[in-house]
Parts: sequence; structure tokens; C-alpha cells
Amino acid sequence: MSKTVLVIEDEPNISEAIGFILSRDGWRVANHFNGVDAVEAVRTRNPDLVILDVMLPGRSGYDILQELRASATTADLPVLLLTARGQSKDRELAESYGASRFMTKPFSNAEVLEAVRDLARD
Amino acid sequence: MLRTTLTGSRIRERRVIRGLRQAELARRAGISASYLNLIEHNRRRIGGKLLLDIAAALEVEASLLSEGAEAALIATLREAAADRPRAGAELDMLEEFAGRFPGWAALASEQHRAIASLEQTVEALTDRLTHDPHLAASLHEVLSTITAIHSTASILVETKELEPEWRERFHRNISEDSQRLSEGAQHLVAELDAGQRKDATLNAPQDEVEAFLSARGFHIAELERGGDATVQDVLTGGEEGLTSAAALDLARRILTRYREDVARLPVAGVVEAIRSADEIDPAALAARFGVETGRMMRRLATLPGAVAAELGGPFGLVVCDASGTLTFRRPLPSFPLPRFGAACPLWPLFQSLSRPLVPIRQTLRLASRSEGRFTVHAVAEPVGVMRAGREPLFEAHMLILPSPAAPDDDSDRRVGVTCRICPKLNCRGRREPSIMAETG
Repeated sequence: MSKTVLVIEDEPNISEAIGFILSRDGWRVANHFNGVDAVEAVRTRNPDLVILDVMLPGRSGYDILQELRASATTADLPVLLLTARGQSKDRELAESYGASRFMTKPFSNAEVLEAVRDLARD
Repeated sequence: MLRTTLTGSRIRERRVIRGLRQAELARRAGISASYLNLIEHNRRRIGGKLLLDIAAALEVEASLLSEGAEAALIATLREAAADRPRAGAELDMLEEFAGRFPGWAALASEQHRAIASLEQTVEALTDRLTHDPHLAASLHEVLSTITAIHSTASILVETKELEPEWRERFHRNISEDSQRLSEGAQHLVAELDAGQRKDATLNAPQDEVEAFLSARGFHIAELERGGDATVQDVLTGGEEGLTSAAALDLARRILTRYREDVARLPVAGVVEAIRSADEIDPAALAARFGVETGRMMRRLATLPGAVAAELGGPFGLVVCDASGTLTFRRPLPSFPLPRFGAACPLWPLFQSLSRPLVPIRQTLRLASRSEGRFTVHAVAEPVGVMRAGREPLFEAHMLILPSPAAPDDDSDRRVGVTCRICPKLNCRGRREPSIMAETG
């Protein structure tokens, strides 16, 4: 059975594009578009991997990541964090909150695919 | 040796203020002079009854002598010393220093705090993305949209045998996103512009005053004839108020002068004189009214907007003191003036300083993208009354009149605004390299 990725991104066209390339790569893709109930979405869908945007309406991706890491069931869930800011400070912040990977917008499809494949293998 | 405390230094200070000798104070407090000497040099702790006795002998409250009030000061100084270890501040003398030189100690402590707060401000300004949520949001929007377009476009290019419905869908997404991208880019530019304006008002008192005058089109109707406002009214009224004391002082001087100019040169009379002349020549106009040429230039640069427009204006004006420092500037959109100081040395404004009282008239081109053409008039005149035995102080005015373009005429002199942004090649006035590409 194919693995599931949950894309938490408020930008529908990015979601759609990422969803398209990942499903072509054999993933089952679920989308979630806001930050408020993102943690719940992760719990109910129980994905194998999460792609999480940092700037989400309602709640920051950093907050969501911290809550996921604090819970035993999602502490080891691979999370690819997306941000529009590539400053080293942001990268450090992402790492300290326990992001498995950190990617700066704009990224290419190939980069996303490679990161997701790497994370799934670990 | 005992830990030093402030108290001894204060006792000594108070005793000296009262003009008491050490032996006398010791006698009144019932101790030996040598013991008091140890106390005063902070080599013996003091407290309890002896402190009360000494305080009584000095006729001060004991609390004034004892430790406490300066604890915060000492802590700040300790912090300051720790921040700059290479200065080699004598930490073991810290309390004695604070006790013997309370004013200097307070100064050092205040400066330490001021430095810390400035460092924070600098950090905030250099990291605008963190501290300017609007800018961060605009940038995020643009980057997100670019990501969506980039991602969608690669799918369209790279996916073989893409189903027509997907293809159509992705085309539509790109079209939508490109529309959003152009809006987002406009927002971003607006944010950056707003930031620049915000910074400009934060900078110097000169900038504050210029913004104040600029908001009024450099014409202060209340100070003109028929207006009944005083300089103070203008300074305190209005919404674009001046905040810093330095800016208020600067504006007061400018407005006081404005008032004097109004008294000598009514707008209606000046306009009539200009209309009956062939051209705007501030020296000739000044002669007609029996005033200094600089005064006439100031008047021409502060005409009401509608009147100036009718005469081909508005007109720019820049004033500098004998050191070349710009003290007043009314820029034109086509003839921007640099921040105070650091102007182009080829300006007639500066030439006039070496030929005092001689009116200079030149037609110039501004070395810039637009290469605007201008007729400028400059003159250097003494400030105030000239007196025998006192060197006169000169000040120069330069009036900038937009001039009709004459494309065939290459004889115009080319000048710049300021070296950093001037594209002029092989300039004998160049003082620093230009950031413009044309320069070698």
C-alpha cells in the first residue's frame, strides 16, 4: 500500500502542484489549508510524512511542529518545513523545533521530491 | 583588606564640603583621626552607632552616607565594564569611583544604557523582515506565488503525456498566479517606499524640518501679509508637528527669517515685478526692491504653489554656509538635492563662495538619467551686519529654475547631485567612486 503525505499549506496552487508531483511518484496525498486545526488533521489522517508551511493562517508552522514533537505518537514523524525566509536564524529555529528538513521558497519540484524520498527512506 | 564600600568616600566628601579637618570630625565622633582616615579610604566598614555619630557631626542623614542608593548604579557600571573588558576598567576601584565621582559614574552608566538601546535599534533596523510584519507578509506572498508558478510551470514542461484537463487546470493556475504576483510585487514596492519615508523622518532634525516645510509646499500662508500667526503658532500648530528640540530650533530660525523676508518682499509686488521682466533674474529683482539677492531667491522659492506654477516653477533653492554645509534645501523632483552635505563641488553655489557678492548665472545639465536642463543663479553674501575688525561670515544661495530643453546645445556644463550616484566620467570634481555603471 502506498504511503500517505499530508500537505499543510494555505496556498492552494502550491498544494495542488506538490500534490500532483507526489501522486505521480506513488504517494497518496492529503491536503490541509489552515493552521488552526492542523495538529488534529495530522492525528486523524495519520500520515507517513508531513509537509508543513511555516506561515499559515491561524497558527504558525513552528507552533504546530512543537506540538507534534511534544506528543509521543508524532514525535518521530518526518516533517518537511517550508518557509519563505532562508536566513540562517530561521533554519536554526526550524532545527531547534525538530524539523526533519527545511526548505526555502521558491523551491523546485525536483527538490521537494528528493527531500520527500529521503525522508521516507530514513 | 576589607571589601571597600561607598560610605567612606561619602564621609570624606561631606567632610570636605563642610570644611572640616579629619582630626576635628574624628574628635566630634569620638574616634581617632587615623581610624577615621581608614574609614574614609574605605578600608574599614562602618555602620551602627558610629555611622550615626559621624552623620550627626556632619549634620546629614545617616542614610545619605550609607550604601543603597547607588547599588543600581554600581550594578550598571559593573555590567558596562564586563561588556568592554579590553578597556581595563579597575573593577576593584568601582565603588570608590562611584562614590567619589557620582556625576561621572552616572554619565558612564547612562551612556552604557544608551549604547545598549541603540544596539537594539540597529539590530531591529538591519533585520527589517523580523520587525516589519507588513513587509514580511508582502514578501511571503510574492515568494509563495513564485513557488506556485515555478512548480506548476515545471509540471507543464516536464510531465510527458499530461492529461488535457490537468494541462488546462495548470494553465489556469499559472494565469491566476501571475496576476497575483504582479499585485504582490506592487505591494512589496509600496512597503519598501513606505519604509524609506519612515526612515527619512527618523533621521536628522534637518530631515524633520524639510518634511515639515515640504508638507506646506514651502509656503507658509499664515506668515504672509494678512496672516496673523506668529512663528510660534506655526511651529506648534499643524499636524505634521516637529518633535525634537533640535528640529524646533532649526525651524524657528527658518521661519523667523521667512517673516523678515515677507516684510521686505510682499508676494504681489514680487510677482508683478517678475511679470514685467523678460526673465527671472534674482539679482535684478533684488536690486529693484533694494534687498539682498539671497533674500529674493528665498522669496522666489517660497511663492504660493499656484503662483509659482504660473511663472514656470516651482523653483528649487539650496543654501549653504561658508563650510559648504547645506543649511536649507528645497529640492525639485527633477533636481534632487543630496542629504545635508556631500553635494557636487561643481555647483555654482560653491563657486560663489570664492567670489562673494558676485551674482552667478549658469545653464546646467544634471548628469543623471533624465539629464534635465536648468538655469541656476548663485550668490554668496555676508550674514548679518558687517563690522570693522570682524571677519564676515558668508552664506551662499543657489536658485534652481527649470529650463526648456535645448537638445543641440552641448555647451551646457554638466554637474551632478552627489558623487555616489553621479554617472559623469572623468570628472575633475570627483571625490569618491560612483555606484552608477557608467563610471570607470
